[in-house]
Amino acid sequence: MSCCAPGAAGSLEEANTSIPPDAEVMLVSRRLDQGLMQTELSIPQAHCAACIATVEAVLQRLPGVDSARLNLSARRVSVIWDSQSPVPPMIAALREAGYAAHLFSYEQEASDPELGRLIRALAVAGFAAMNIMLLSVSVWSGADESTRHAFHMVSALLAFPALIYSGRIFYLSAWTALRAGRTNMDVPISIGVALAFALSLHDSILNEPHAYFDAVTMLLFFLLIGRTLDHVMRERARSAVAGLARMMPRGALTIGPDGTRAFRDLRDIVPGDVVLVAAGERVPLDGMVIAGSADLDASIVTGESTPTPVSIGEAVQSGMLNLNGSLTLKVAKVAKDSFLAEMMRMMEAVESGRARYRRIADRAAALYSPVIHAVAAIAFLGWLIASGDWHRSLTIAIAVLIITCPCALGLAVPMVQVVAARRLFEHGVSLKNGGALERLAEVDIVAFDKTGTLTLGQSRVVHSIVEDQADHMVAAALAAHSRHPAARAVASTQPAAAAAVPVDDFREHPGLGVDGWISGHHYRLGRIGWVGDFQLDEAEAEESVVVLSRDGRPIGYFALADITRPGTVTALSTLRAANIDVEMISGDRKTAVCAFADRLGIASWQGEFLPGDKVARLAELADQGRKVLMVGDGLNDAPALAAAHVSMAPASAADIGRNAADLVFMHRELTAVPAALTIARRATVLVRQNLRLAVIYNVFVLPIALAGFVTPLIAALAMSLSSVLVVANAHRIPGAASAPAAQHMTGRISPGLEQTA
Amino acid sequence: MSYLSWAVPVALLMGLAGLGAFMWSLRSGQYDDLDGAAERVLLDDNNDDSIAADRAVPRTKQRACK
Repeated sequence: MSCCAPGAAGSLEEANTSIPPDAEVMLVSRRLDQGLMQTELSIPQAHCAACIATVEAVLQRLPGVDSARLNLSARRVSVIWDSQSPVPPMIAALREAGYAAHLFSYEQEASDPELGRLIRALAVAGFAAMNIMLLSVSVWSGADESTRHAFHMVSALLAFPALIYSGRIFYLSAWTALRAGRTNMDVPISIGVALAFALSLHDSILNEPHAYFDAVTMLLFFLLIGRTLDHVMRERARSAVAGLARMMPRGALTIGPDGTRAFRDLRDIVPGDVVLVAAGERVPLDGMVIAGSADLDASIVTGESTPTPVSIGEAVQSGMLNLNGSLTLKVAKVAKDSFLAEMMRMMEAVESGRARYRRIADRAAALYSPVIHAVAAIAFLGWLIASGDWHRSLTIAIAVLIITCPCALGLAVPMVQVVAARRLFEHGVSLKNGGALERLAEVDIVAFDKTGTLTLGQSRVVHSIVEDQADHMVAAALAAHSRHPAARAVASTQPAAAAAVPVDDFREHPGLGVDGWISGHHYRLGRIGWVGDFQLDEAEAEESVVVLSRDGRPIGYFALADITRPGTVTALSTLRAANIDVEMISGDRKTAVCAFADRLGIASWQGEFLPGDKVARLAELADQGRKVLMVGDGLNDAPALAAAHVSMAPASAADIGRNAADLVFMHRELTAVPAALTIARRATVLVRQNLRLAVIYNVFVLPIALAGFVTPLIAALAMSLSSVLVVANAHRIPGAASAPAAQHMTGRISPGLEQTA
Repeated sequence: MSYLSWAVPVALLMGLAGLGAFMWSLRSGQYDDLDGAAERVLLDDNNDDSIAADRAVPRTKQRACK
């Protein structure tokens, strides 16, 4: 349709990915006034005017939608809809138009009052600095005495509001540090700025030749640029645990001893209570099945790729998704002891561990500020002893504070990180905090989850032995009535079948398959032993085959396989070429993990790992001195994502997985992982270079300041020059080598390994 | 010197006007989507309603995550 919308080839594949249930949409939406709801969706593919038009038109056509607006910079659309109407099928509609969309929760990025404060402070400082510089240039070029005096007084007038309004950000931070008995970068900045202003004011009133108003405001301006960028990059509050709590159902339908049904809050349900779980719902509490049977999708809980059938007497864990059938459970554990709650505690425990990492900038600052204080104090005392001139000694001490002030240092790190984040975004990777970039650069081993990470977590028909086209249609029509992943895969081979072929008396048999009557014949589709025996090709294992029978006679089968994430082979070979080890840690059955690892050539793998085992494995690697990048998506990966040195999750991950990860990749290709690593390494090299540049700059200017040769002109030149140098250096991070859209296509068409495993 | 006594205040006032304009544009969300603004010129239907709708959304200061 347009330059950017992927074609029909894409939409079929996209159709397989699960659409989040309405309940989840409701949870991440925000309630507005006047009965409106606002939902944010992330659309990584949007990139041009045609995309804006299509996306907004598609959404606005939906019933109940009030307005939709796409933010192209953030690749995000915010949809406002009427809370009285049912949840509009926003994601499905966008998918039909060719755009993959993911839910975006508000907690991830609430509007930020601190950023607004910084930008306003920056604007005031910029205004003052530029106007004062205008006046200063005339003074430097030789204004006569009365003009100079007037200009200095005007400059003082301009600098004062900047000093108060823009400077308070530094004073507050310095004061907090001092009160806690520490010192930080803001202490020398605050002292230098305040003293320089006071001295300049004193000198201007007495009509002395030099005033440092320009240096004061310019310093504030440059430092605020760095501060603002740093704030943009700074660690956003982690809402991982909050996200997990929201995934847990809030309540459940209980059946009392007298048969009365009531929807009760989870916290009020005690062990021994009886709970109903309908098809399509998540199991709210750990318990045991006392009636009914169903297939449960545990992929998000354990990482197991094939759904498990459960029936009377079997135990189920909270968080599993009931695909079909209805279950009656006897609750075994209260909400706070259930699997999800345990996962939450595990994450809280490991999340505190990563806070120990200190960012390069912080380490540099801790080293820098005592040195600056000492040098300034020595300069003051030295000159006082040598010349006995208070005024001159003070001027030199202030000059030392101002000129060595970490203008470039304040910009060196955030500038590189902002450019790197921009480059990552071009590759479809969004970075949640600047510190993660530094940690990512240190990585020497990557641990991948299997289901949903290396695979797309969805089955697909690799080949079928169903000769007759009509039979094929029948199979797809039968399958279209079921939620089971295997049925979904069969149904997607003939998307039109559901509408074209009517099915009578459809029934679903959990753990076995489906059956129904079509044009007078009885058809069954499902597990091999249930439908009837069939001679399989040697390569096919029983569990990955769905057999079709007509009137009790098998007539063909579909072979299924989990789709390997596009770009996996390329990504793994790139990682190996960069001398980074690869390991697979999965909760899936060992046989499945082993076969998959073999096919991808991953030598080191772990199967049947519980969430705790994954964390333990990461701890073991960390003890060996390895820096692990964890890539995973499921609920069972969440503690591991939080525990790893640094972590990454695909956009299709469970809400909680996305929240726990440091980086989220938006495109389907796994090549985002090595690309992010390359950018992070490059960024760290540039950060170190920039810090070195800042030190070299100081080595040059410090003697000049100490010797008392610093005039306002020299200070202005030195400060601007060093800042420009650092900013220019930051831009040397290479851009996106190839358009993500192009990778998208190749990933999709390439046959064999890339697609199936 | 005499001309400076009005030229300098005029220059400063103009600067202040610029600062005020920037603050206003910042507050009214004009920097929220720079890429989008560049592309939207190309769209035929000049529908500014959605901007108004956008602004009707109260920018609450609540942060769910502490």
